[in-house]
Amino acid sequence: MNTPEPFLGVTSHTPVRHHILSVMVENKAGVLARVAGLFARRGFNIYSLAVAPAETKARFSRITIVVDAESAPLEQIVEQLDKLVNVVAISDITPKEALERELLLATIKTNVDSRTSLLDVVGKSGAAIVDVDAGSVTLMLAGTPAACDELERELENYTTVELHRTGRVALPRLGKAAPASID
Amino acid sequence: MGGLFLLTNNKRNIVQLTGAQALIKSLEMEGVEVIFGLPGGAILPVYDPLIDSSIRHVLVRHEQGAGHMAEGYALATGRPGVAMVTSGPGATNIVTPIGNAHMDSTPLVIITGQVATVAIGTDAFQECDITGITMGITKHNFLVKSAHEIPRAVAAAFHIATTGRPGPVLVDVPKDVTQSMMEWWYPATLEELDLPGYHPVVELDQDRIRQAIDLITKAERPVLYVGGGTLKSRASAQLLSFAERTGMPVVTTLMARGAFPDSHPQHLGMPGMHGMYSAVTAIQKSDLLISLGARFDDRVTGNIPAFAPRAQIIHVDIDKAEFNKVRHADVAIRSNVGAVLEAFDAALAVPQNLDVWWKEINAWREAYPLVYDEPVAEGPLRPQFVIESIATAAAPGTIVTSGVGQHQMWASQFWKFEEPGTWVNSGGAGTMGFGVPAAIGAKVGRPDRTVWCIDGDGCFQMTAQELVTARAEGIPIKVAILNNAYLGMVRQWQEMFYEERYSEVYLSPDLPDYVKWAEAMGCVGLRATNVVEMHAAIATANSINDVPVVIDFRTDSSEKVFPMVAAGASNDDIMVHPLQRESK
Repeated sequence: MNTPEPFLGVTSHTPVRHHILSVMVENKAGVLARVAGLFARRGFNIYSLAVAPAETKARFSRITIVVDAESAPLEQIVEQLDKLVNVVAISDITPKEALERELLLATIKTNVDSRTSLLDVVGKSGAAIVDVDAGSVTLMLAGTPAACDELERELENYTTVELHRTGRVALPRLGKAAPASID
Repeated sequence: MGGLFLLTNNKRNIVQLTGAQALIKSLEMEGVEVIFGLPGGAILPVYDPLIDSSIRHVLVRHEQGAGHMAEGYALATGRPGVAMVTSGPGATNIVTPIGNAHMDSTPLVIITGQVATVAIGTDAFQECDITGITMGITKHNFLVKSAHEIPRAVAAAFHIATTGRPGPVLVDVPKDVTQSMMEWWYPATLEELDLPGYHPVVELDQDRIRQAIDLITKAERPVLYVGGGTLKSRASAQLLSFAERTGMPVVTTLMARGAFPDSHPQHLGMPGMHGMYSAVTAIQKSDLLISLGARFDDRVTGNIPAFAPRAQIIHVDIDKAEFNKVRHADVAIRSNVGAVLEAFDAALAVPQNLDVWWKEINAWREAYPLVYDEPVAEGPLRPQFVIESIATAAAPGTIVTSGVGQHQMWASQFWKFEEPGTWVNSGGAGTMGFGVPAAIGAKVGRPDRTVWCIDGDGCFQMTAQELVTARAEGIPIKVAILNNAYLGMVRQWQEMFYEERYSEVYLSPDLPDYVKWAEAMGCVGLRATNVVEMHAAIATANSINDVPVVIDFRTDSSEKVFPMVAAGASNDDIMVHPLQRESK
């Protein structure tokens, strides 16, 4: 699903021209496949995708899709998505006006020498230690995609056992114009 | 009562039905008069209550035939076509017609049987994920999980298939669902269809109408670019009124043939790869292109940057995803075509004086009409002459279907279409073998009309077995095979673009023997190798109205379709017929 980006010394999860689509869908079997299948067959690229039940839990889910607006005109992506019968509403949140958050979980190998500096990294980044054993710690950061990028870069100095990121979710900033909503 | 199992509780007025009975009753509620189908294991329960239904069932010989018949029915009548098949291979066999209907926005409702819900996902006998397979080629599809949901799914399927931009909708029904009991109900309101994300009707944007009228007012070289959406929205009357009031030239795409009378002096014919010289060139030179339910298909535009380079675009479509997909729209109006034309007429929108424009257009028409080489009395027959001869002898209002290839282009060029629903073909998908089953479906829908299938020998061999269906069901269609012994369009490309290196395109004129084959299927089989036999065979075919007729016309394999714009070339580089080249 992801198009690998050129390696520029840091791993960035923020594409150059991305848009965030907050898509309200009916909570029915196969709806995610319909959305993903549409992106695949029309040649639209997805950078990240997060799905969870929406406010009205039983009936609707919200899919937050970060799309590559260079793979196709955003208008085409939105209008084709809108044609899916199970898609109820689409909000296009421009990155400028978005409050974006992502969750990062990482298990890092530690020893006596590295533990202190790692704790330093954790402290500076605003991450939290959520699990510890004799030779490793698991830390968590809920923050902006940029903060997650920065922490991931810092962690390159350590031995990472596993690192997971959720992909971003987003809401429009308060006081900004309401996002373009298409029903 | 056959297999009908009715329990009535008088106190609560509740009717208990099986899911199968509910499915058939739902189809009756939707006004379905005919189902094209073929039974099998998973759909078996539904075929039992069908015996007691008023709905006619046409038993096909291959599920692909059922799908194309439903398409032919829909295109000829404007009503949704219905097909019903079993799970697994029954369902996959109808995938091609579903894809075809999706490309041409044809309203279909396809019912497929499915293995029992407990068996789904276990690779059970004749199981396949048909909702997954058809996700990208249906407007929507449903897997019905309980008998109670059958009425809602069927009603929603018809609503979705026939509103907005029409298209195929598939309803997949597991066997245990059709076998279980339900309390009969039927959705009485749109709300009960539970489609919170489906809003096909929009209010006409008056600002956009004003902007469009502004462009019309300034136009000196306008063209009405009429697409299939004009037929789908039944806007032919509004088109005629608007065109005559404004005096604008009209072109009708392959999907819109019949939307505007070919006999009308303002009609330039079909644009595109094999379009009329005047239609193609008028678009190229236009300063305003008013697209009415057309989608700037690559077969119309040729090279996109070179397409109508000086034209501003008014794009009218019910599907807003078509706007700016291929060509930037200066004014995009989401609406059915008729409402927009009525708004233009109400505002008395008129372009500038078009006398100069018509003078240019008429010069192109006179210089480059449709032509073909002189018929040779002893044969082989000119395919264009065969089509013109059939057309001349045909009853008014005859419906024409075709397969895909040279014969299709010649039929579109040389038949004169005067009214909607008389041209039934496979446009977007280009499905060979469409013609015969589509003719059967069209004849079932319009039994009062003569139905000719103009077919190629390659196409005929793909779906000819449905003539058994036609004979058995008493559906007397007429089939003209333009037998040039080749996959003709591929041959034409190999001749023109592959240095006459013919690769896998020869079919033989005699294998199969089309006359014997027709007779084996209970049809009248005729053969014509020269002009005298051709006229005689057409007259014989026209005199037979009780059984299907097949004529094997032996045509010249060297004939090519002209005009032609090579794939990807600019429409400015249109190749005219060799007879016209010296003068160009």
